[in-house]
Amino acid sequence: MSTAEFLGNKEYKYGFVTDIESDVIPRGLTEDTIHVISQKKNEPAWMLEFRLKAYRHWLTMTEPKHWPNLKYPTIDYQDIIYYSAPKQKPTLASLDEVDPELLKTFEKLGIPLTEQKQLAGVAVDAVFDSVSVATTYKEKLKKHGVIFCSFTEAIKDYPELIQKYLGSVVPTNDNFFAALNSAVFSDGSFCFIPKGVRCPMELSTYFRINNSESGQFERTLIVAEEGSHVSYLEGCTAPKFDKNQLHAAVVELIALDDAQIKYSTVQNWYAGDEEGRGGIYNFVTKRGKCAGRNSKISWTQVETGSAITWKYPSCILQGDNSIGEFYSVALTNHAQQADTGTKMIHLGKNTRSTIISKGIAAGRSNNSYRGLVKVMPKAENARNYTQCDSMLIGSSSGANTFPYIEVMNDSSSVEHEASTSKISEEQLFYLQQRGISSEDAVSLIINGFCKDVFLQLPMEFAVEATRLLGLKLEGSVG
Amino acid sequence: MLEIRNLHAAIDGNEILKGLDLTIKKGEVHAIMGPNGSGKSTLAKVLAGHPDYEVTAGEVLYEGRNLLDMAPDERAREGVFMAFQYPIEIPGVSNAQFLRLAYNEKQKHFGRDELDPLEFKDLLKERAKVVEMDASFMTRSVNEGFSGGEKKRNEILQMAVLEPKLAVLDETDSGLDIDALRVVAGGVNQLQGPENAIIVVTHYQRLLNYIVPDFVHVLANGRIVREGGKELALELEEKGYDWIVKADLQGSGAAAPAN
Repeated sequence: MSTAEFLGNKEYKYGFVTDIESDVIPRGLTEDTIHVISQKKNEPAWMLEFRLKAYRHWLTMTEPKHWPNLKYPTIDYQDIIYYSAPKQKPTLASLDEVDPELLKTFEKLGIPLTEQKQLAGVAVDAVFDSVSVATTYKEKLKKHGVIFCSFTEAIKDYPELIQKYLGSVVPTNDNFFAALNSAVFSDGSFCFIPKGVRCPMELSTYFRINNSESGQFERTLIVAEEGSHVSYLEGCTAPKFDKNQLHAAVVELIALDDAQIKYSTVQNWYAGDEEGRGGIYNFVTKRGKCAGRNSKISWTQVETGSAITWKYPSCILQGDNSIGEFYSVALTNHAQQADTGTKMIHLGKNTRSTIISKGIAAGRSNNSYRGLVKVMPKAENARNYTQCDSMLIGSSSGANTFPYIEVMNDSSSVEHEASTSKISEEQLFYLQQRGISSEDAVSLIINGFCKDVFLQLPMEFAVEATRLLGLKLEGSVG
Repeated sequence: MLEIRNLHAAIDGNEILKGLDLTIKKGEVHAIMGPNGSGKSTLAKVLAGHPDYEVTAGEVLYEGRNLLDMAPDERAREGVFMAFQYPIEIPGVSNAQFLRLAYNEKQKHFGRDELDPLEFKDLLKERAKVVEMDASFMTRSVNEGFSGGEKKRNEILQMAVLEPKLAVLDETDSGLDIDALRVVAGGVNQLQGPENAIIVVTHYQRLLNYIVPDFVHVLANGRIVREGGKELALELEEKGYDWIVKADLQGSGAAAPAN
């Protein structure tokens, strides 16, 4: 089958637009814009202060255009709409009161929200453009003391927790995109797992960008108290537009003594067309702090979408014996670009980190791993193991590895392994000789390549990720 | 089942097969022998549809259909199987996963029910007996870290699972010690029946003590230069290939198989 034939059935199936009346503010960003956003959300003064501080700092910063291995035209920050929300009743008594168009949209995305159809075992916070439209299983979770709600509600209902933790891992002045997010973020998810509780279900947020002119700036904050456990999933899609859209999120995780947070992402933002027109610019800051002893934070990401991916989910290993993990599959095809990796900062004694990164580059795409392992002077016996494997498909794609290792303690051990491979003709022929089509053969080889990462994903996500990689690569080999 | 007429094939512009004729019927075992570089493996790969080889002339009919028009995976689903001389490693993909996918592709092709992992596990356990492979091989990555003998056994296991109509064994004996050879050959013999055919490509007679051919064909310089029964293999073992090759050259290179 030719590449062209495949294009017919490899359409990005999440590319539809929902026709819904929205409350949209004029494009552009000034202090007034921030006042408007804050007012729309009826925020307390401290929240507005937080935003303005971030904004003022942002004005002094420049976009990090030099160090990432990415090429893109200058973003006009005055040409973006910073708030777009579907019009609906401000407070909803039940999920069934959510605008049917929105329910339909999420159902089409495979995320049914109504009480009868909700996914078993997974609580979902559904974010549409700038706002959270529904959160499932809230009451059930509350019985266990778990708070899972939209960020807007959290600011209103749990101001002490938000004030205590917001910006505590990613400060407002951390980097250009984090500062921008801190100034204009409109919603997101908040999770709080109290002491000793194992969250009884997976928590998840599904992000959907619908408006062609707006950016999405959301925040996720997860706090796991002493001895608690939580597994959190994140999914994202967007319609197909010719114009690039900016997605600049901030995710902060805090794990106290003996707490464990597992954060999994399957990112399938619209990637642009084959010529590289349109697609999401995904500039995201994700960071977790293992604040307590014996705490553990594990990031697993499967990055398949976006025109540009710039993200480095990181761990600050502050508590003694704490563990940080980063498992990543980043796939780029056509004109996509990814510069992604992690930072493991070892502060405490006996801290351990593991980095497993699998980069797959097809078409004319460019895929870079960038990772920092830093062992501070007091991190006695810190250990890191890093494995970075790249796979190239075709002859026009590129893969790079940029490891940064800074060790300031003699008792630590840091290992780095890297490899680059290609899918060989012989592998393909071998599988075809057993009756497997070339497309399925590529999928099988890629899934084998990514196995170490997929094993870390929750079951349903692993199935989805496997299928997704196959779809993304259709027509790129043979 | 298979009819090869005047087959010419080249790799990188070098012609390797230069007018090969061969007819194979159901239930037969054919041995293709010949010196190194005579085109034995090329024949196997051309039948399987390896993309590096270009067929420049001739035709191949398989069950009355033009085999050369079929994609490699279609040939496989239609029952053409090649046991590789150098089986390929697929890291991260378990043997069981790979075999089930291959098995189900064939089931789908013939409109039969696919097997789920549990059902397939039972089938695999049964078929693995053919080559005396234990369960630990099923969870290991395809051929990764397998010894030479294990790889060859794994090829025959695949044959046992896929039940091909036409199996081409490309130098399956190379790199095998005598015990492994016995197991592999024993497996092949169990799979041989009145409805299928086997082509054994080999340099040495040794394997043919275990897999006894109905016909032996000697390939030299891209053509079949001599044909006979299983005794021919013994004669070659004793005398080597030189005398046949020389005799062929003296015959001014004309294709004159001795049948």
